[in-house]
This record gives sequence, C-alpha cells and structure tokens, in this order.
Amino acid sequence: MAKMNMLQAINDALDIAMAGNDRVLCFGEDVGIFGGVFRATSNLQQKYGKARCFNTPLVEQGIVGFANGLAAQGSIPVAEIQFADYIFPAFDQIVNESAKFRYRSGSLFDVGGLTIRAPYGGGIAGGLYHSQSPEAYFAHTPGLKIVVPRNPHQAKGLLLASIHDPNPTLFFEPKRLYRASVGEVPEGEYQLPLGEAEVLKEGKDVTVLGWGAQMEVIEKAVEKAEKDGISCEVIDLRTILPWDVETVADSVFKTGRLVVTHEAPLTGGFASEIAATIQERCFLYLESPIARVTGMDTPFPLVLEKEYLPNDLKVYEAIRESIEF
Amino acid sequence: MTTTKSKVVYSPSFTDGAEFHIPTFKLLKQDGSLYKGAKAPDIDKDKALRIYRAMVMTRVLDERMLAAQRQGRLSFYMQCTGEEAAVIGSTAALDDTDMIMAQYREQGSLAYRGYTIDEFMNQLFGNELDYGKGRQMPVHYGSSNLHYMTISSPLATQIPQATGYAYGQKLAGKGECTITYFGEGAASEGDFHAALNMAAVHRVPVIFFCRNNGYAISTPAVEQFAADGVAPRAYGYKMDVIRVDGNDVLAVYEATRLARKMAVEENRPVLVEAMTYRLAAHSSSDDPSGYRSKDEETAWREKDPLLRMQRWMEKHKWWTEDDEKKIQEDLRREVLETMKRAQKRPPPPLESLITDVYDQVPPMLNAQFEKLKAHIRKYPDDYPKSANDPAITAKGGA
Ligand SMILES: Cc1ncc(C[n+]2csc(CCOP(=O)(O)OP(=O)(O)O)c2C)c(N)n1
Repeated sequence: MAKMNMLQAINDALDIAMAGNDRVLCFGEDVGIFGGVFRATSNLQQKYGKARCFNTPLVEQGIVGFANGLAAQGSIPVAEIQFADYIFPAFDQIVNESAKFRYRSGSLFDVGGLTIRAPYGGGIAGGLYHSQSPEAYFAHTPGLKIVVPRNPHQAKGLLLASIHDPNPTLFFEPKRLYRASVGEVPEGEYQLPLGEAEVLKEGKDVTVLGWGAQMEVIEKAVEKAEKDGISCEVIDLRTILPWDVETVADSVFKTGRLVVTHEAPLTGGFASEIAATIQERCFLYLESPIARVTGMDTPFPLVLEKEYLPNDLKVYEAIRESIEF
Repeated sequence: MTTTKSKVVYSPSFTDGAEFHIPTFKLLKQDGSLYKGAKAPDIDKDKALRIYRAMVMTRVLDERMLAAQRQGRLSFYMQCTGEEAAVIGSTAALDDTDMIMAQYREQGSLAYRGYTIDEFMNQLFGNELDYGKGRQMPVHYGSSNLHYMTISSPLATQIPQATGYAYGQKLAGKGECTITYFGEGAASEGDFHAALNMAAVHRVPVIFFCRNNGYAISTPAVEQFAADGVAPRAYGYKMDVIRVDGNDVLAVYEATRLARKMAVEENRPVLVEAMTYRLAAHSSSDDPSGYRSKDEETAWREKDPLLRMQRWMEKHKWWTEDDEKKIQEDLRREVLETMKRAQKRPPPPLESLITDVYDQVPPMLNAQFEKLKAHIRKYPDDYPKSANDPAITAKGGA
C-alpha cells in the first residue's frame, strides 16, 4: 500500500490502464505535457507518447464526439473535461450519442470503451461555473453509467472499473478532495464494482446516504449524531446510474429512516429519484419522511458558498429531525 | 438551391488548405517610430492619453491584484499583461455605446470606458457593492452603463450572442455594432463557428476580435489548429478579415476602426485577429514554467505594447518621463487605497442567495430560504459572514 491523494490515485489508475492495454488513450484540454490543470494526467504523455496522451483543441463537443468515434472503433478513450461545468457543450454527444450507440444499432456498434472524467462540485470558491454537480442531468439518460468516488482508494478502483466496463461511463471527481483526501491505496491493478453501493458503517436508527465529497460531510454529521446516541448506517452510493436500489432499500427496511444529501439543487436532484423509489419500496417501514439535504434551487453562489452548501451541520439537523419526527 | 459559383474541371484539383495565408498589419516600431510608408491613424493627444492611461491602469491593477492574490487577500486573478494594446486599441476605435462582449481577460476595455478602480475592486472582492452580488469569481465584471456584458465563464458562449445582439442593433438602425473578444483557444469551440456563419449569412454588424496570445492555458497555438492562425477561417464564411500586430496599438486601432466602419455602414461581420502574447500566467492558479520557456517570454517582453505607445507619445511631446512617474505612483496609491476600502466592505446580503434567479422569488425558493435562515439563527457562530445580516437578526430566534 502507498499513501496517495486522490489525484495521485487517479493518475496511478490511468497509468496502469495505459500500461496494460495500448488501446487506452487519454486526452482533453491541457492533459498533454502539462498533465492537466489539476495534474491528473501528469507524466502520461512522457511515458506513453503523444499519440496516446495529448492536448485536444478547446472544444468539448469535439472531445466527446472524437471519443465516441474512437470507442466505436474499439479503442478505449479516457477523455477529460476540464471542469464538469464545461461538460454541457458535449451534452448532445453524451446523451444522444454515447448513451444510445448500442441501443439504436441493436448492438451492431457500441462505445462501451468510453470513459469521461470530469472534476465536479463546490467548496473551492469557484462560484457559478466551477462548482456544479451535474450528475442528475445525466442520470435521466438510459445507457450511461455514472460513478463518483469519495477518496483515493475508491477513485483508483472505480476508475479502473469504469475504464474496463463495457459501457460509456461518466466519472465525476470531487475536486475539493483532490489534494485534501489522502489515504492508503493498494499498488497495482484492482477494481471496485460498479452499480454497487457500499455500506460504510452499520447502524440501526437512520440511514444516511450520499456520494463523492458529501461522504466526508456525512462522516462529520454522523459523528455528531452518534454523540447524541443516534445510531447511523452510512452508505456511499458510488454509482449513480444504474444505482443500487437493493442495498439502500435493505438498509431502510432496517432503520426505517433515510437522509439523502447532495450538493446539486433540490428540485430534480438525484435525491428526488432515490426518495421516490425508496418510498415505493419501503413505504410500510418508514418511520419518518425521507429527508433531502441539498443545494438550493439557485445557481451556485461564490461569497455565500458556505451558507449554500449542504454541510455537516445541515445533515446533522436532518438526522435529528428524522429521528424526532 | 446551391449558391456555389465555382467552375467545373475535368481533372482532380485540390486546393491546399495551407495556401491561405494572411498578412500582418503593423504601423508602429518598438522604438516609437512608424514603419516606412506607414501612416498613423487619426488619434489626437486627448485620445492618445485616454488610451495610454487605460493601458497603464490595466497594467498596474494587474500587478497589484496578482500580488494581492499571492498575499491571500484575493482568491483568484487573471492578467491582461501583454495584451493591453490589442484590447484597449480596439475598444478605443469603437463608439463608447457599441456593445462589448468579452471573454474575461479584457479589463482594459472597461478601464478605457471609465470603469473606476472602486468598481473593479468591488467585483474582485465580491462585496455588497459588487454589481454581480458576489456570485461570480473575481474578474467577471459587467457594466450596463458602459455597454459591457457581464462575463460568463463557459468559453465562447458570448460569440454567437454577439451575433444576435448585433442583429438586434442592425434592426434598431442606430448605427451601433457589437465587438466580441475571444482567445485563439475559444475559437475552437462550436459556438465560434456557429457565430461566424450566422453573422455572415444574415449580414450582421459584429466584429469578431480574436486575441491570439499563443496559449490556451498550457496548450500552444500549434496544438490548437493546423492552419495559419484563426484568420483564414473567415474565407470559409465569406467574411472580411484582417490580421494585425496585437502589440501595436496604432495598427489595432486602425484595423478596428475600419472594421467598425464596414460593420455599421455595410452591415457585415468582420474578423480581426490580433497577434500578441500572454506575458503572464493564464491565471493566478497557473504556473507557465511547466509548458513554456523563459526565453520565449523574455523575447516577447521586448515587444511590450506599453513601452511602444509611450515612446510614440514621447516623440509627439505628449508624454514625458515625469508624466510616467506620476501616473505610476498615482495609480499604485489609488489601487492600494481602494483595495483596502473594498476589502473592508461587508459581503452581499444573505438574500442575494435567492434573488435574480427569476424576476420574482418563487414560493419554493422562499421556503428554502426560510429554512436556511432558521438554521443560521441556530448556529450563528458557524456562519460568520451572514450571522449579522438583517435577515437573520431582524426577527430574532426562530
Ligand atoms: C467551455 C469551457 N471549457 C473549458 C474552460 C476552462 N478554460 C478556461 S480559460 C481556458 C483557456 C482559454 O484560452 P484562450 O481562449 O486562448 O484565451 P486566453 O486565456 O489565452 O486569453 C480554458 C480551457 C472554460 N472556461 N469553458
């Protein structure tokens, strides 16, 4: 095991994937010699050459369209979108093309090799356009997988799984944790399963569910709640699409309560989908309404970012309200 | 129906994309004299001083604010350094009521139009006086008074908007036009191509102004496009184009003046490509030493657009060393004093979280706001920025 931050873990995963298969390619804005603005692709061009790791012109729809073509040809592109906020110019290529290649051709063609990486989320003083969490837009699109890691160990294992998965995968990286989250990461190749949530902590009074950077927030909130004698079950969803209904439902059968949290706005956020499904599955077991702790129904602010964000205090309050309902 | 008027040939005849080269228009040498045969544009002393003052103000602001960022006073900053002549020379060639749709590195346009140092600082520090209410990162300025559209971070989105804005100006018939600035990197976006095509088809009075400063963050222009810069693309859209030395304020001014004339008098778009260099890092978060050489930077420093203009003005006896000393000292002092003031001002009110999303705050957003207020009242120590806000203190504990 080695100690790594999340960027190093991602870099390690890319390195292993490129070393293991010369059809794996990494590209995007500034990913070449510079190693990307966050340095996730450091040294890959030096190691694997300009043909397999390169700067693209500044055009996201081009990057993803190009990646779709490459993947259809049988290559394994790992495209970087510099910030998740800038994935929208590529929205058409992702939701109409990547997601539907297999379906529309009856499996004559697919872009299963495709992985798109993008840093998402707030808490970095990024304001409107460097803070968004766009997973819910894509979760409405059948045919995609959406994965969000919470720490370096998860990032490496889930990214390798995404690269090897025979479906187009969006991999949203919590940029607030890029350097802040440090932990033990196994050397060499390993994969963590896509589509499976992870129960991080067992408990009996309430299930607290999130993904990505919110897991750190949940951890702090749960610490507070446990001091009050509340026993929390903590689940990291890890894969947003297709999501692990069974694990979440099983937990709620046991605890009877659910708190879901994400940074994206409330309305139409992925917590809405989870709440609806779990309500359907666990209706007779629920002791209190399913609570959502999210960003507000506004764009992401800058100066009042702290007020806006669903932090540990807000999650803690929701846990208490759920218990005291 | 196709409108192609090309003649027919009976043996294959390819046209080489590399054939499209566009000359560079220059007037002013680095020593402040004109090239042989060059004619200076009609810029009088007042105008020259206005241009030069904006150039120096932009440079001083950039130096001071980068330093402020380094001291941790400011979260982020982006410099215009090296590109002052391209930005300010072009803005100076417009009417002050022409619309500017900028990318983000064009603070020089605002400086030229009279945006005050106070206004710059309020935005940079996102205080209660920031027109954008502390929602956007530093350098996302905007001013309706000065006809400068508020900056949006997603690249190139302003370019087709400029085409639309200018089409509206054409219909309004007041002889106004729009200029839109963008980098050679942003010119790769689909929005750029859509914008030029629509402008050419609909004969729109818009000036597309590309600041070709050699780099898009770390990506050098040679990895951005294979062609001879951005300018040759105009051919494909049937648009007039001029390439100009972007460090030559006189040439930029003259090229833009003529472009404006064509735009408003003949209702057609024009592309201007200003060849310049981003002397600074991309932003305060970037370190260019990882992707370009000091020698390259030094070579460009010798083409400093400010020095070139200063020398030209000295030759006219419009400017002296003393003037230079004084303007530098005055601006430095003003920037520092204003910065201190702006930094002390309170943040925007808590309510700014929910206003301007729609024309009126919808009920569900009001409900979310009430919940937030109750939460902050309960934990005032955890929200120092807004705990003293009237929205929180007015009604007392909830
Ligand atoms: C759609 C979009 N993609 C990516 C980014 C991130 N980004 C910000 S500035 C920049 C480089 C822009 O280069 P250029 O247009 O040449 O302008 P310059 O910075 O050189 O003035 C990039 C990639 C963005 N803001 N918007």
